[in-house]
Amino acid sequence: MTPTVAAVLVLAVGTYAFRLVGPLLHGRVELPARVQELLSTAAVVLLVALLATGALTQAHGFAGWARPLGVLVGGVLAWRRAPFVMVVLGAAAVTALLRAAGMA
Amino acid sequence: MTADRGLLRDVALVCLAGGVVGVSFGAIAVAGGLPVWVPVVMSLVVYAGSAQFSAVGILLAGGGPFAAAATGLLLNTRTAAYSLAVADIIGRRRATRLIGAHLVTDETVAFALAQPDPRRRRAAFWISGVGLFVSWNLCVLGGALAGSALGDTGTYGLDAAFPAVLAALVLPALRGDAGVRRAALAGAAVALAVTSVVPAGVPVLLALAGLLVARRPA
Repeated sequence: MTPTVAAVLVLAVGTYAFRLVGPLLHGRVELPARVQELLSTAAVVLLVALLATGALTQAHGFAGWARPLGVLVGGVLAWRRAPFVMVVLGAAAVTALLRAAGMA
Repeated sequence: MTADRGLLRDVALVCLAGGVVGVSFGAIAVAGGLPVWVPVVMSLVVYAGSAQFSAVGILLAGGGPFAAAATGLLLNTRTAAYSLAVADIIGRRRATRLIGAHLVTDETVAFALAQPDPRRRRAAFWISGVGLFVSWNLCVLGGALAGSALGDTGTYGLDAAFPAVLAALVLPALRGDAGVRRAALAGAAVALAVTSVVPAGVPVLLALAGLLVARRPA
């Protein structure tokens, strides 16, 4: 088994196990509201960290300006409650245009 | 019926948006050097956009399979909380629960919980669940097959699409809660600060330190 196959398998089995928690425990255990709240806050913290590192860094360095500027435009569109499709395509289009204009 | 038609329209829109992301996921994975089957099989069996992106990102960055799986799993812990929230919506039969569990995502949970009564919650969960699963996987396959044909995905700015998707998904949570906002900003600062000195995947895990400042004064 290659390391990549192992990674996909572990991720798949683990993720399915997480998803089974609710249906399996249904009617047996009730999570305290405090724990549920902490879980969802943790998810948001993880996603924002992924957003920040994904927007600004490449490997171990700065990703260049084109990507973060595209993400910024997507973020502003999202903030102004633009449809999801516009957020995605807006970010990609701005980054693509900046690169076409010669920005890294 | 009007409400149900509205639901179908919203689900279709999210399928379309997810499809664009799916195409970019498949294309990025293959253009980065992974074989076509990796994004395709991963989408079928893992079926979690953000975890797939982060796992592939770490694999491509040379962070190793352990960091890839660990980061993806950590990101997916939230599906455990989701599955608790929608457990009674999914259904009672054993097969229904086993299949429904795999369809628990940010989107299906949001769609289901937005409905006013149990019958419609259940319909929304299954309609959005099946629709998103089919469209996501077809689009990932399309993106993976086109991957090398698309050439350098950087040209199309697809690398900016995923952080933008995350921004759209987390904004409602950030808007509504100052504690969450504080924790998220602190966590992102930690992640960015350590990026240049720790292995790929680790910065995001260290961001959880942001939780320390999440608690609001009672």
